[in-house]
Amino acid sequence: MTELCDRTASDLAPLLAGGEISAVQIAESCLARVDAVEERVRAFLTVTPDVARERAAALDEYRAIGAEQTPLAGIPLAVKDVFATQGIRTTAASKILDNYVPPFDATAWSRASGDGAVLMGKTNCDEFAMGSSNENSAFGPVHNPWNLDTVPGGSSGGSAAAVAAGEAIWALGSDTGGSVRQPAALCGVVGLKPTYGLISRYGLIAFASSLDTVGMFTRSVRDAGVLLGSLAGRDPRDATSLDAPRRDYTTSIEEGVAGLRVGVVADAFGEGVQPAVAGRVRAAVDTLERLGASIGEVSLPHAAYALSAYYLIAPSEASSNLARYDGVRYGFRAPGSTDSVEMMTATRGQGFGPEVKRRVMLGTYALSAGYYEAYYGQAQKVRTLVIRDYDEAFANYDLLVSPTSPTTAFRLGEKVDDPFAMYLNDVFTIPANLAGVPALSLPCGLDDEGLPVGVQLTAKVLDEPTLLRAGHALENALGFDPTSPVAREAVS
Amino acid sequence: MPVEIDIEHVARLARVALAEGEKTQLTAQLGQILEHAARVGEVAVADVEPTASAIPRVNVLRPDEPEPSLPVEEALFNAPEREGDRFKVPRIAEIE
Amino acid sequence: MTDREAVIGLECHVELSTRTKMFCGCSNAFGAAPNANTCPVCLGHPGTLPVPNEQAIVSITTIGLALDSEIAPRSEFARKNYFYPDMPKNFQISQYDLPTCVGGHLDIDVDGDTRRIGITRVHMEEDTGKTTHAGTTGRISEAEYALIDYNRAGVPLVECVSEPDMRTAGEAGAYLRTLRSTLESLGVSDVRMEEGSLRCDANVSVRERGVDAFGTKVEIKNMNSVRSLERAIRFEIDRQNTLLDAGQSIVQETRHWNEDEGTTHSMRSKEEAFDYRYFPEPDIPPLRPDRAWIEQVRTSLPELPAARRARYERELALNEEPARLLASSRELGAFFEEAVQLGAAPIAAANWLTQDLAGTLNKAGVTLADAKITPQHIADVVQLVDEGTVSSAGAKQIVEAAVATGDRAQDIVVRMGLTQVSDEGALGGVIDEVITENAEAADRFRGGNEGTLGFLVGQVMKKTGGSANPKLAGDLLRSRLSS
Repeated sequence: MTELCDRTASDLAPLLAGGEISAVQIAESCLARVDAVEERVRAFLTVTPDVARERAAALDEYRAIGAEQTPLAGIPLAVKDVFATQGIRTTAASKILDNYVPPFDATAWSRASGDGAVLMGKTNCDEFAMGSSNENSAFGPVHNPWNLDTVPGGSSGGSAAAVAAGEAIWALGSDTGGSVRQPAALCGVVGLKPTYGLISRYGLIAFASSLDTVGMFTRSVRDAGVLLGSLAGRDPRDATSLDAPRRDYTTSIEEGVAGLRVGVVADAFGEGVQPAVAGRVRAAVDTLERLGASIGEVSLPHAAYALSAYYLIAPSEASSNLARYDGVRYGFRAPGSTDSVEMMTATRGQGFGPEVKRRVMLGTYALSAGYYEAYYGQAQKVRTLVIRDYDEAFANYDLLVSPTSPTTAFRLGEKVDDPFAMYLNDVFTIPANLAGVPALSLPCGLDDEGLPVGVQLTAKVLDEPTLLRAGHALENALGFDPTSPVAREAVS
Repeated sequence: MPVEIDIEHVARLARVALAEGEKTQLTAQLGQILEHAARVGEVAVADVEPTASAIPRVNVLRPDEPEPSLPVEEALFNAPEREGDRFKVPRIAEIE
Repeated sequence: MTDREAVIGLECHVELSTRTKMFCGCSNAFGAAPNANTCPVCLGHPGTLPVPNEQAIVSITTIGLALDSEIAPRSEFARKNYFYPDMPKNFQISQYDLPTCVGGHLDIDVDGDTRRIGITRVHMEEDTGKTTHAGTTGRISEAEYALIDYNRAGVPLVECVSEPDMRTAGEAGAYLRTLRSTLESLGVSDVRMEEGSLRCDANVSVRERGVDAFGTKVEIKNMNSVRSLERAIRFEIDRQNTLLDAGQSIVQETRHWNEDEGTTHSMRSKEEAFDYRYFPEPDIPPLRPDRAWIEQVRTSLPELPAARRARYERELALNEEPARLLASSRELGAFFEEAVQLGAAPIAAANWLTQDLAGTLNKAGVTLADAKITPQHIADVVQLVDEGTVSSAGAKQIVEAAVATGDRAQDIVVRMGLTQVSDEGALGGVIDEVITENAEAADRFRGGNEGTLGFLVGQVMKKTGGSANPKLAGDLLRSRLSS
């Protein structure tokens, strides 16, 4: 019998509804797992056992009196520490927000909470979501539950690891250049980055506003659809949120892939891609074909420039978004200054870690007088071309397939001294952020060292139903077991 | 060719204090990253419009209707330093 | 001495009187307790996002239409990046290369001539918080710390930039007065310079007359009234001329006007002042007003001062000066028109409003809005004088009493005994007494000195406490002395 904490929300919901288990039992199962593994995994920056127990108990009472509940009710959720949670410390894994307690809730969290989600805690991540290994957290790295000596990916590494280790049933993350999909791939769980603007960004601590997307980690594609249904839809507090209605994203999930036109991204299997990764992803493509999809090859000619454009656009926006951390209104203030300029400069010098400083400096430079057109302006034009590539590809295909990440989980410390090598992790995930299109990573097997490989499916704007439907069919056919070694060991 | 940047000037603009070692390291790293990033310049974009947002929207406005402000204690709860109900900062030498 | 002329352009900041701030639902009311009108958005908390206020966009469009600007088919917000403690995000959301209103003009009157001043652009932005510099000496340069109140942070601010079309301080003053009355008519702002809801900076340069090229421009700030704007510009023109006469050159800089000293002084230039790293605000989609929407705003435009003044002159036969005065204030104009509506003769009503009432309000230290007098009082006063029921001296007393009490004019007349004595019999005795008591003056009149009649009428008025009909008194005196 699988532990409650290792199951999916879709499995648990009917058991809860039928009175076979209680929300308190699920919460206790997750909390017990946290006790058992957290010292080694370090997925959380703040665990909220009291909040979880109290909420679960209240939900059980509601259920007992016959109150109707949503599929989220009573299911433990971990929330990346870049979402504002009222009254609960929110740090973005940065020293500069070490002691910050938001007076408001992020819309994504408040919708999940409104639907009865049980908060397990705030998960570790790269500082201000900047990184691909979770090693940029000011509070120490997360360890991958598939191999504790490897990274969980980033930036939402804590959320991915928490779900892989059974410390939560599902988790919220944010994806600016792959920060949900890449850690999902490295931790063997499902990661969904919806269409830009489908889920409100209000209360999501901004990294790069035009790229930031709220996403989620789950143990099944169906669960991703369920969670998306709760979070999606227009928010008057986010002017870039889309007018899409809140809807059930699982209604067409069983429709299969027969007749779907699938384009394999030709350039995504070349240099730098581990053979095991290329092999598992190609096998997944074969499975899709076997299931009735028609397969072709597609080229995204400007994808080669997407990484360059991303490393101008994202830092530029970040340099401005992070200007507010100055020691005046909240957060850390460097002691000892007698002048405001000196105080702000020292606060930011001491409060930001190396990667954040790198990107703030990069963005400040790219926007500064004389360079704007050559860098930011040019990058925004390349972005237009990346979008056109997708438009052309989706004229012929319903879905695109590529590896999520060129490699499986790498060793902690392996790439920390080479920022550019680290940036290459996101080469396959970044184009979707530039174009705003939805993309899903799901596990498609293990490499020779037993580390998970992720396959990425990409659909056109607001075509999450096709993405989920194909992901669900592929997941069933592949039969991947998402229980990580750490989770398995905790049970035995 | 790595790009040469005036690290002191950029650090001043960004209001980030850097140790000497950080300056040297950042100069090298940013130079390398910018060299790659500058590849965007290789793409012919003469007649291409820039994209600021992938999913274009227009005229998203809010009705002029008041919502409650924070209680003053909550507004100041996170303040590193305060005096009365105002935020306190060290001397501001430059005049806006 | 070289013959030079000044070149002046003005940048005016107008706080809109919307109910809420530009990007959040906090109240936009002036005078709240420190930080009482703040929320996570206007305090720049992590993760918060700006959503523009629809009414502010309507207001700036209204202003643009009133100034004959083109309403841009596409405008957008940008971020102006610089660090300052009273700016919560350390960037200001402001329109930059794509403002909502482009071009336009404002016609001003200078010594009876109309001058057309070009408008470069009108754009939308947000205000900053308020910093109080504190320390033992009270001087900013010696302050030990600063205190910040973010109530004003995020208040909608419209910046209106003129072309460098003005040549004298007087023209600049006329421009600012006309802009103020225009904005007041539109009902978009309180336009109170003393409260900072209208602020004005001036760009001033001088050049040799006949030369096209501009001289080096100096920006002057901190003028908090039309008068101080004019004084500051005059001072600055003199300062520049003196420097040039001495063979020195002008430094391009920002100077601060000191009202008490009557001088401008150089402000320490902001570090890195000219690298704001503008880029399009990614959190706010662009504005693309369609034609129909713009026309809808246009049809709701109120009558502007220039049009109102022309109508008063044309339809109500007012002279230029009272027409201009009444048209310059939406409140005063409405008051006047209501009085006319209630039956007052326009010219008389205009005189009462622009002369006696203005003086009375001034003396009493109250505004028209606070005073208890109504248009009905003016209509009544005009009628009472016209009928001869009260003298003009009596009418002034009615106005004064009405300002203070708001009582009906007729009741004031009775209470204060202001009914004019128009009865020959009642006046006869007084006339006889005056002739007896002023025999010498009476003789001079009889001897042909017409001028003494006025003196004698004055004596009659004095004896009757102002209640005599002066015309009747004059007639009676004349007939008695001629007989």
